[in-house]
Amino acid sequence: MIETTIKSIIHHHASDPTRLLDILLDLQNQFGYLSAETITQTADLLDIPVTRVQGVVAFYNFLYAKPVGRYRILLSNCIIDTMHGALAVMDQFCQQLGIKPDQLRSDGKVSIAETSCSGFCDQGPAALINGVAIASLNSQRIASIVNLIENDTPLKDWPAELFQRPDNIQLPGYLLKQAITPGSAISSLLSRGTQATLDEIEQSALRGCGGAGFPTASKWRYCRDAEARQHYVVCNADEGEPGTFKDRVLLNQFADQMFEGMTICARIIGARQGFVYLRGEYLYLKDKLQQIIDERTANHWLGNDIAGVTGFDFEIKIRLGAGAYICGEESALLESLEGKRGIPRIRPPFPVTHGYLNQPTVVNNVETFATAAKIALEGSQPFNQQGTANSPGSRLLSVAGDCTHPGIYEYPFGTRIDQILDDCRAENTLCVQIGGPSGTMIAEADFHRHISFEDLPTGGSFIVFNGTRDPLEIAGNFVAFFAHENCGFCTPCRVGTTLMKNTLSKINSGSGSQDDIAELHQLCELISKNSHCGLGQTAPNPVMDTLACFAERYQAKVNNRTFTPDIDLEAALQEARQLTGRDDPAAHLDQFNE
Amino acid sequence: MTTSTAKINIATTSLAGCFGCHMSLLDIDERIQDLAEVAVFDRSPFTDIKHCNQSDIGLIEGGVCNAENVHVLREFRKQCNILIAVGACAINGGIPALRNNIPLKECLEESYIDGLGVVNPQIPNDPELPLILDKVYPIHEIVKIDYSLPGCPPSADAICAFITDLLAGREPTLPDELIHYD
Ligand SMILES: Cc1cc2nc3c(=O)[nH]c(=O)nc-3n(C[C@H](O)[C@H](O)[C@H](O)COP(=O)(O)O)c2cc1C
Ligand code: SF4
Ligand code: SF4
Repeated sequence: MIETTIKSIIHHHASDPTRLLDILLDLQNQFGYLSAETITQTADLLDIPVTRVQGVVAFYNFLYAKPVGRYRILLSNCIIDTMHGALAVMDQFCQQLGIKPDQLRSDGKVSIAETSCSGFCDQGPAALINGVAIASLNSQRIASIVNLIENDTPLKDWPAELFQRPDNIQLPGYLLKQAITPGSAISSLLSRGTQATLDEIEQSALRGCGGAGFPTASKWRYCRDAEARQHYVVCNADEGEPGTFKDRVLLNQFADQMFEGMTICARIIGARQGFVYLRGEYLYLKDKLQQIIDERTANHWLGNDIAGVTGFDFEIKIRLGAGAYICGEESALLESLEGKRGIPRIRPPFPVTHGYLNQPTVVNNVETFATAAKIALEGSQPFNQQGTANSPGSRLLSVAGDCTHPGIYEYPFGTRIDQILDDCRAENTLCVQIGGPSGTMIAEADFHRHISFEDLPTGGSFIVFNGTRDPLEIAGNFVAFFAHENCGFCTPCRVGTTLMKNTLSKINSGSGSQDDIAELHQLCELISKNSHCGLGQTAPNPVMDTLACFAERYQAKVNNRTFTPDIDLEAALQEARQLTGRDDPAAHLDQFNE
Repeated sequence: MTTSTAKINIATTSLAGCFGCHMSLLDIDERIQDLAEVAVFDRSPFTDIKHCNQSDIGLIEGGVCNAENVHVLREFRKQCNILIAVGACAINGGIPALRNNIPLKECLEESYIDGLGVVNPQIPNDPELPLILDKVYPIHEIVKIDYSLPGCPPSADAICAFITDLLAGREPTLPDELIHYD
């Protein structure tokens, strides 16, 4: 019975090992978790080593090798959700459901755990329940959720208002003011010509919106010029940087335009296949996106002979992530698309020449594709008449934290930080985190600076902290995020991020010394210079920035000893005292002996 | 660091280690004569001095697994100008730290109660015995360490190069060949 189910699921995915992630997600939906037996049979049926399947199961946060609740609650532990009371939410759930974090209730009905930022920072605290996002958690909503769970109400029958997730577009600009008419940019492409359209995008000087800011036209040209059997277009909808939620809003309102951008890219580089890699947290958007794809296919804007042009063939598939921030890094994303652990590849070669299945591949962010479509329709002018010389155009910011009007703001590049703070009604602001934990923290002295590639680049996250917040606790949260989300491939990052986390929490707990501050400086240097990919290279940023902006707060937290032990020595002897029954003087240790 | 007349003091000890690092030190062979020209050993297995005196260099092998290790390590820190973690055990806990994932109770029961051939089973509780810590810790978590000399054990050449640098008053560096293990 079990075997037939596994067989039919694997069959449904063409017994293709590159679909391993989809297969495992489907199996898990079927069985609740992935037992050793399921894993072994999957490996057998796919004819791949069982260790490969085990490795994938262990890698992704949303795959479970042990039973979890029929109702699975994951609470976002993003700094903003924490500021909005995520800890109290956890307590309330635990108390009312009679459970503890990371433990399955004895009746097997419910389990609860933490997860990284789920992308609802403007309406936190947020949770995923059986993978579906629920925002704005408060006592009342928690009580009704507990009720529904205890009454065994299937998720699909829960009241719709629980699933309300407003887009909160506060300030629309070039991109958000109006979506293009479906198909219009494809018509422009066809009338203007492929090369002329690429030239137009080049003219616009559009740079990637996912963070790195690589010129989009160059990326497309490199990919087009790489000779190969197949070319691929991949949309990076993994949006995992804590504090970022603009791609969620684009996917909800501008997906059609994004698909159109992908289609234009496909025509330019000569691709027939595209993928949207959708972060698992946005599962609830999947059906809606598929429906748009189906409509576009029905309208001949996708599929074969697009817009009646023979040989203009392009299809788009949605692939779901499974809770791994590192899969936003483009080469890790490609690994994941191929059904593997999301370990960043060694670059070069870059995806433009060796991407999905080793074929030339363009990977772009959601916003990049949506913008490219608009440029293809309207030309470069409307886009680049705003912004700065080096950073033309506008940028979507996901503004959240200590402000009265969180949400999406679209600003021309060059907009000053203090203006954004005014617009979102932030008061008594202590510091702002720009570009998420991997970005930059700035304090008041720098609020005159502006959003741009040349000054303060950002992938869209903009987190406001007021004077009641403790920057060192913020850095602690960020560093814990990297310690949890790194892929484990290289030692400087894998070990270094945990050392940073431990040292910072030692300082935050009041037992740090001058030596720990020196240690942090050294660690930051070591991790940023020796890590394999962008995650490790930027993971020390929160520590380096707080050390620079808030040195005096570090000093206030450490004691005046030159060194303090990392562990509590008395506590480390406690177990042995108990086991031996000893309490003589030699069975104790002083924490400090100088 | 040294004057041409006074010899420098080197102290060594093994905490939770296997003495392999000390054996590697002996593997510097005849170079130990050159060393003896400029240095004398204070507390170390060669001298059997029980308490470390004021020394220039302290070499620590092994991690920290019990209360006595903590006392010895602290004495070394107090008495040595430069304290060096020698080998994987001192640096990371090494082999003895393999027990860290097993609850202490299980470790002790396996050794003293359930183990094969155990007579008069009981967990030893004599106050003379150093009380065991819940885990084996790297020495840098207990005291400030100035340098780490990696390897299991570090090769004689690595130890020699390191100490030679220190004796010459240079910042010690280890060329890749000496810390490359594959
Ligand atoms: C750790 C890490 C996480 C990333 N996460 C994302 C992400 O969630 N979304 C995204 O578009 N780009 C992300 N990127 C950047 C991608 O690697 C890549 O540069 C981007 O998708 C390219 O698209 P663009 O040129 O349109 O920006 C991440 C990079 C790193 C190093
Ligand atoms: S830097 Fe971190 S995330 Fe990147 S490869 Fe190394 S361990 Fe993985
Ligand atoms: S590092 Fe190796 S040689 Fe040295 S004490 Fe430990 S196990 Fe023995």
